[in-house]
Amino acid sequence: MLSLILFTPLAGALLLLFVGRDRPNAIRWVATLVAGLDFLLAVPLWFQYEPGGAAWQLVERGPWIPAIGAEYHLGVDGFSALLILLTTLMGAIAVLSSWAAITERVREYYVFMLVLQTGMLGAFMALDFLLFFLFWEVMLVPMYFLIGIWGGGRRLYSAIKFFIYTLAGSVVMLLGILALYFHHQSVTGVSTFDVTVYHAMAVPADLQRWVFLAFFLGFAVKVPLFPFHTWLPDAHTDAPTAGSVILAAVLLKMGTYGFIRFSLPILPDASRAFVPLMVALSIVGIVYGALVALAQTDWKRLVAYSSVSHMGMVMLGMFALTPVGLTGSIIQQINHGISTGALFLIVGIVYERRHTRDIAEYGGLSKVMPVFAAIFLIMTMSSIGLPALNGFIGELLILQGVFVVNPWWAAAGAAGIVLGAAYMLWLYQRTMFGKIENPANSGLRDLSAREVLTFAPLVALAFWIGLYPAPFIDRLESSVERVMARVQPDYSPVARTPVPPPVQPGGGR
Amino acid sequence: MPPGFSSADFYYLLPELVVTAGALLVMAADLLMPGRSAPAPGRDEPGPADRVLLAVTLAVLAGAGLSLLTAAGGHTTIARGLFAIDGFALFFKVLFLGSAAVTVLMSPRYLRVEGVRPGEYYFLVLTATLGMMVMAGAIDLITIFIGLETMAISFYVLAGFIRPSRRSNEAAVKYFVLGAFSLGLLLYGMSLLYGLAGTTHLRTIATTLAAEDAGPMLLLAVILLVAGLGFKIAAVPFHMWAPDVYEGAPTPITGFLSVGSKAASFAMLLRIFVEGLPAFQAEGLGEFFGEPIGWRAFFYILSILSMTAGNIAALTQNNIKRMLAYSSIAHAGYVLIGVVAGPPLGVDAALVYLMAYAFMQLGAFAIVTMLRARDVIGDDIRDLTGLAASRPGAAVAMLVFMLSLGGLPPTAGFMAKLWIFGAAIEAGYVGLAVIGVLNSAISLYYYVRVVVVMWVRTGERTPALTVSPALAAAVVVALAGTLLFGLYPGPLFDLAAASSAALGRAGL
Repeated sequence: MLSLILFTPLAGALLLLFVGRDRPNAIRWVATLVAGLDFLLAVPLWFQYEPGGAAWQLVERGPWIPAIGAEYHLGVDGFSALLILLTTLMGAIAVLSSWAAITERVREYYVFMLVLQTGMLGAFMALDFLLFFLFWEVMLVPMYFLIGIWGGGRRLYSAIKFFIYTLAGSVVMLLGILALYFHHQSVTGVSTFDVTVYHAMAVPADLQRWVFLAFFLGFAVKVPLFPFHTWLPDAHTDAPTAGSVILAAVLLKMGTYGFIRFSLPILPDASRAFVPLMVALSIVGIVYGALVALAQTDWKRLVAYSSVSHMGMVMLGMFALTPVGLTGSIIQQINHGISTGALFLIVGIVYERRHTRDIAEYGGLSKVMPVFAAIFLIMTMSSIGLPALNGFIGELLILQGVFVVNPWWAAAGAAGIVLGAAYMLWLYQRTMFGKIENPANSGLRDLSAREVLTFAPLVALAFWIGLYPAPFIDRLESSVERVMARVQPDYSPVARTPVPPPVQPGGGR
Repeated sequence: MPPGFSSADFYYLLPELVVTAGALLVMAADLLMPGRSAPAPGRDEPGPADRVLLAVTLAVLAGAGLSLLTAAGGHTTIARGLFAIDGFALFFKVLFLGSAAVTVLMSPRYLRVEGVRPGEYYFLVLTATLGMMVMAGAIDLITIFIGLETMAISFYVLAGFIRPSRRSNEAAVKYFVLGAFSLGLLLYGMSLLYGLAGTTHLRTIATTLAAEDAGPMLLLAVILLVAGLGFKIAAVPFHMWAPDVYEGAPTPITGFLSVGSKAASFAMLLRIFVEGLPAFQAEGLGEFFGEPIGWRAFFYILSILSMTAGNIAALTQNNIKRMLAYSSIAHAGYVLIGVVAGPPLGVDAALVYLMAYAFMQLGAFAIVTMLRARDVIGDDIRDLTGLAASRPGAAVAMLVFMLSLGGLPPTAGFMAKLWIFGAAIEAGYVGLAVIGVLNSAISLYYYVRVVVVMWVRTGERTPALTVSPALAAAVVVALAGTLLFGLYPGPLFDLAAASSAALGRAGL
C-alpha cells in the first residue's frame, strides 16, 4: 500500500519519458493524472489509520542491505499519515497549477516534479534511518533543477544556495546517524538502522548532545530556523510557483518532521537540554521573519519571510515539550502547508498575468478579480489565525502548550502573530483594495475553472480544520503521546500545570 | 620449470599469463594486420583493423576474467611465497580487468579522432593491467616493485601516445620525471625496510619487525614509503603531476590512470602497511608532542590535505579533465580515511570506495571522451553546454556520475562515502569524518557546475557528441554499476568484507 503510493509518482515520471517531447498537453495530462491518482491512493490512509491502534501501521518490511542491517522498512503513524496526505494533495495541486505557467521543457519539468514527490513521500514513510536519508537527499536534485531551470530572477544563485545549504546540513546529519548506528552496534551487537529500535534505545547524554547538534544542522536548515534561513527567501522567490508551493508546503516540513520523529524521541535528554537554545532561535525567527516581511516590496518575498516566522512558531510549540504544544505544532505544520502553499499559488496567479511581483504595481484587484480576492482573503485570514479557520486552531494550541511552560515565551509568540496580522492585512489592502490606478491591472482575468479547482481543496481544508479539528487531533494523539513519553516521561498536564500565573501583558490573544 | 615452482603456481597465475599472452597477441596482430596507415582524414569511424584489435583486447580481458575463477575462494601463496592468491587480490584484479575493459571500449573512436594509429596502445593497456594485477597479488617488496614498474612504464608511454600533441608530450615527460622520482623514493624506503628486517617478504617483515626495532631508520623508511605511495595515489602534497598529466594524456588513458593506477597503488599501500607493518599502525615510530605515532598519523595528514586542497582547487577549474584530476586527488583523500580507520572496517570501506569510484570516474571520462570531435578538443566544461537538450541520455548519465562523485544517493558514490565515514566514526576518527563530509559538500559545488552547464544553460553552442556503440557500451556499464551499487549495495559490501578479511591473514 505505502509502496504503491511511494512509487506511483516515480512510475509516472518514467512513463513521461515515453510521451513525445512535442506533445506538451499529453505530458500535462499524464502528469496531472498521475499526481491525482497518487492523492486518491493516499486518501485511504485517512481511514485505514487507526488512531488507537499499533504504533506503526501499514508496515512494509524487507531486506535491503543485509551487510549493514539496513532494511526497506516503511510505516506510518498519525503524524506521517497526515503529512503524506498533505504531500500528495499539494503535489497534485502543484502539478495542476503548472499547467499554464510552464511552457518550456515541459517533460523534464514534470519528471522532476514527480521524482521530487517520490523523494518526499519516501522520507515521510521510511522507518529505516538510511532509507530516510536516501529519500531525503533524493529530494535535493529535482528541487535544484526546478529552481535553476524554471525559476526567475537570480535562479542559478538561489538554486545552488538552496542545494549547498541543505546538503551541508544533511551530511553532518548523516554523521549523527552513523554515530547512533555504531553506538547501537557496540552496545547490542546488532547492526540496524531501524528507527523504531532507536526510539527505545538509551543513548549516553554526552553522545546525545553531539548527535542532537548534528541532527540540528540537518533539520534546522530545512525548517528553516533562524539563523539558517537565508537560503529560503532566495529559493522561494526565484522558484517557479509550483516549486515554491512544494517547498513551503512540504519540504520545510521535512525539518520539523525530522525533529519530532528523530531528535525528540531518540535524544530526549539532549532535546530537553537544548530547549533554551531552540526556543530562543524560534522566537527570534518569529519576530525577525515578521519584521522583515513587513519591509518587503516583493509580494513573493513577503510570503517567503512569513514562512520563516510561521515555522518559528511551529518550532516554539514543539520545544515547549508539552503534549498540547506538540499537537499544535503538528497541526500548524499542516496549516502552514495549506495557507502558505495557497499564498504562493496566489502570487503565482498574478505573476502569470502581470509578470511582476512588485506590490506597488498592484492595487484594487478586488474590482476585477472578485473570486480571486475572496480566496486571497480566506487564505490571509487563515495565515493570520482568524477563528473559524485552520490557523487559529494551530496557534491556539501552540500558545496554550507554551504558556504552561513559560508565559513569556507565549507572549513573544503572540507578538509574532500580531505582526503577522499586520503584514498580511497590509499586503491585502495594498493589492486588493482601493482604486485601480495602474491601467495594466484593469483588464486582468479572474480565476479560470482550473485555477479555482487548485484552490478549492485548500479552502475546504482551511475551514474543516478551523471548524472541526477533532479528527486531526485524534489521529495525532498516540504519536504525540509516544514522543512525550520519551522526551518528558514525567509530564502530566495536571500535576505540572502551576497555579495559573497572573495574566501577562500580551500573553493571550 | 624454475626451481621452487610447481605446476600449481602456473595454474594460479593463469589470469596474469592470459593477459601477458594476450598482450603479445595484440601486438602481433597489430603488426600483421593490413591497414596500418594513418587514418584517412575526415573519417572518424574506426576501421576494420581497429575493430579487430578492440575485439581481441576485450576477449583477452574477458578470458583473464574467466581464469580468475581459478583463484575464487582460494587462500594460499604461490611462487615461493612471492604471490598471494586471496580475496584481496581477487577483488582488485576484478576491478583492474573491468576498468581496462571500459577504457578499451572508450578508445577506438577517440584514437581515430586524434589521428593516431592504435599500434601498441592496446598492448600497453594490457601490460599496465598486468602490472596492476601483480601489484595487488604480490606480498614481496621486489615483486610489488616489478608490478609497479610494469604499470608505470606502460603509463608513461600511454600518456604521451598522441605524438602530435604538445600537451600529451608534456604530460608524458612530467609523468615520467616525477614518476621516476617517486619510484626512487619508494625503492629507497623498501631497501631500508629490507635492511631492518632482513627480508623482502611482507609477512615475514610483519613478524620480524617488532616494536623494539623501531628507530629513526624505520621512521625514515616509512616516510619514504609514504612519500612514494603518495605520488602514486596523487595525494597532497605529492599531487603536482596529476592535473597536468590528466589534462594532457588521451582521455581514456586519463580515466584508466585515475582509476586503475590509483586502485593498484592503494592495493600496494594496503599490502605494505596493513600486511607488512601492522605493528606500527598506531605507535612505534617515535613520539610527537608526547603522543605515540604510527604510520596512520601520516595518512591522517595526507587525507585531510588531499580532500581539502583537492576540492578547493577543483572549484576553480574550467577544464573538465583538470577538474576531474583535482577531484580524483580529493577522492584519494577519502580512501585514505579508510586506511587511517584501519582494518577491518576501514579496509572494507576503502575497497568499496575504490570499486564505486572506478565506475563513476570511468563513466565521467567516457562522457568527456564523447566530447572530443575533430574540431573540438572537448575538455572545457562549456563544451557540455546544452547537452541535456541535444543528448538527453548522455546528460542523464553524466548527471548520475557527477552526483555519485559528489556522494549523493541513490548512487554508488553515496554508499561508498557512507561506509568510509562510518568506518571513521567506528574507529573514533569523528574529526576526520566531519572534515570528510564538509568536503563532500564543497565538492558538490563543482560537480553541480557541470550539471548546470548541461541542463540549465542553453543556446550558444550544442555539443557535437561522437558516440560509437563501444563508447555507449562503456557508459552503460559504468552507469549500471553506479546505480546498481547505489540502490542495492549489499553484494559489494559483502564482497569487500570478504576480500579485506583476507588481508594480513597468513595463509601459507
